[in-house]
Amino acid sequence: MHPKAIDWIIMGTYFAVVLGIGAALKRSMRTSTDFFLSGRAMPAWIAGLAFISANLGAQEVIGMAASGAKYGMATSQFYWVGAIPAMVFLGVFMMPFYYGSRARSVPEYLKLRFDEKTRGLNAITFAVMTVFSSGISLYALALLLRLLLGWDFNTSVSLSALIVLVYIFLGGLTSAIYNEVLQFFLIVFGFAPLVLIGLKDVGGWQGLVAGLHTVARARGFAPDAWLSTWGVMGSPHENPMGIDWFSMAMGLGFVLSFGYWCTDFLVVQRALSAESMDAARRTPLIAAIPKMLFPFLVILPGMIAIAATVHGGASGLTLPRQADGHLNYNMVVPLMLGRYFPNGMLGLGLTALMASFMTGMAGNVTAFNTVWTYDIYQAYLRREASDAHYLTVGRVATVVGIALSVAAAYVTNRFNNIMDLLQLLFAFVNAPLFATFLLGMFWKRASGHGAFAGLLAGTAAAAVHHGLTLPAGAAPGIKGGWIAVMHLYPSPMAQNFWTAIYAFGACFLVTVGVSLATRPRPERDLVGLVYSLTPRQPTGATRWYRRPAVLGACVLGAAVVLNLLFW
Amino acid sequence: MGLDIRIPVGALFSLLGLLLAGYGLYGGAALAQRSLGINIDLGWGVVMTLFGATMLLLAWRARVRRR
Repeated sequence: MHPKAIDWIIMGTYFAVVLGIGAALKRSMRTSTDFFLSGRAMPAWIAGLAFISANLGAQEVIGMAASGAKYGMATSQFYWVGAIPAMVFLGVFMMPFYYGSRARSVPEYLKLRFDEKTRGLNAITFAVMTVFSSGISLYALALLLRLLLGWDFNTSVSLSALIVLVYIFLGGLTSAIYNEVLQFFLIVFGFAPLVLIGLKDVGGWQGLVAGLHTVARARGFAPDAWLSTWGVMGSPHENPMGIDWFSMAMGLGFVLSFGYWCTDFLVVQRALSAESMDAARRTPLIAAIPKMLFPFLVILPGMIAIAATVHGGASGLTLPRQADGHLNYNMVVPLMLGRYFPNGMLGLGLTALMASFMTGMAGNVTAFNTVWTYDIYQAYLRREASDAHYLTVGRVATVVGIALSVAAAYVTNRFNNIMDLLQLLFAFVNAPLFATFLLGMFWKRASGHGAFAGLLAGTAAAAVHHGLTLPAGAAPGIKGGWIAVMHLYPSPMAQNFWTAIYAFGACFLVTVGVSLATRPRPERDLVGLVYSLTPRQPTGATRWYRRPAVLGACVLGAAVVLNLLFW
Repeated sequence: MGLDIRIPVGALFSLLGLLLAGYGLYGGAALAQRSLGINIDLGWGVVMTLFGATMLLLAWRARVRRR
């Protein structure tokens, strides 16, 4: 890849605008609410675009393209079965309790609903997790910059960390959200031409279909295996993911997706910044609309690349191989950028990738500084202080959070396995969370002791399940089976989905059991926190398309249509 | 909120769009070779400029209405 002056000018323009936004917002950061929650003044559409962008780090972009090549159309289930129903559930059913309780963070909701220890557990694991995720983003960015532009690790890490630091330090969450909106449009404008040129390369949609038939046949699957979703999920052997319909619907569709989209403060924080209850409820629903079209932007490139590699295309694009002879799927996006984009567009594509790495990092840092300040510092270290004091603490936490991310990036650079291990631990901690929120919001009897015991039991169940099972072809160790190998799964993904199902089940049962054996909180304390004890607030929206329930139903309907179209 | 997000979005995309379109116009056929015969810099630059201009227009209209 040979960037020229025009590409550097495009990248430079973007960075200038990013820093300009931070500077312009500096004057409006007067209180801690301004800094951590954008003063609760965001219009729904901005919060909505930030909601999906915060999750759209480059690992997601590069990972989804890689999965598109590896698994084909079935990857879109992460969107159409996973994210969309969960986002609708969040907007229609859960947001009234998050926003209505005036909780400033997800851990704080747990404190209001359950007790201090449940909040503490969630706050601390979440804070650690965000720092490491942000570090991984930074590390991945540095790798990409080295590969594409030949920058060394130190330069890329310090430059990106510095830019993120400046704009969050100055403009807080608002600055992060504005940059997420910019990044959203950059990804759309940077990637859409990639898909268009790629399609032309493989001979249009017809050519792509023919190419993917060749791919599937070459690997011993039915011709449609790279083009269908549910159609090839009758048994794990019919599709390259090694997944059957039940673990797909239950593991990904229910436990993992609801666990992420409905309880992760990184995304929920965007909705809490909205200007009103109605806007907060519309945030995930508005986000769902572009989200369901994203497979065409991020998964399709992978499908194009694999079709071109196996079946051949006009330009002769071929995925490179790793040292072990397997195709290097992570190269889909960098390869296509370098092959298809002339100078100019190349600058735009690189800018979009960098923007998505930086916002992925910034999202984690803003979630970290909020949880640290409200749920750890204010809760345990200094309870009564002036608002100005907490604003300062938030700014300091931003600097510390970024410093820790940089440290994490260096650790990852030294010991790749540490990151795998940490991500595994986070998966254990996260898997049961949705059971806690579901019971907390919809069952008034659930008690603090029950929630705490349930979370621990769910995490333990996840760890034990992982220790007893192994994906086919893997060696016992970090992939599983470190206690004993009792069951073999056809793929790591299948193992992952079932780990989540067991964790959810254990958390659910233990929370119910312990709650029944312990004293519930008095009902008057739970008004506004639990469904059955909260009076329905009529929505203030007058037009039908602004009502959360109607909008939610339309979004779900559209997701069903997409499922049917690509059955 | 102090700053209408449509202003930076509009400004960035108009600017990038003009840069790209200008470069595409000047680079012409040589550039298009890479992208399978499509002068993507020119075409996409025009699309981006239009998008940016629309955003600026919306921001300007909102400002007028607020007065």
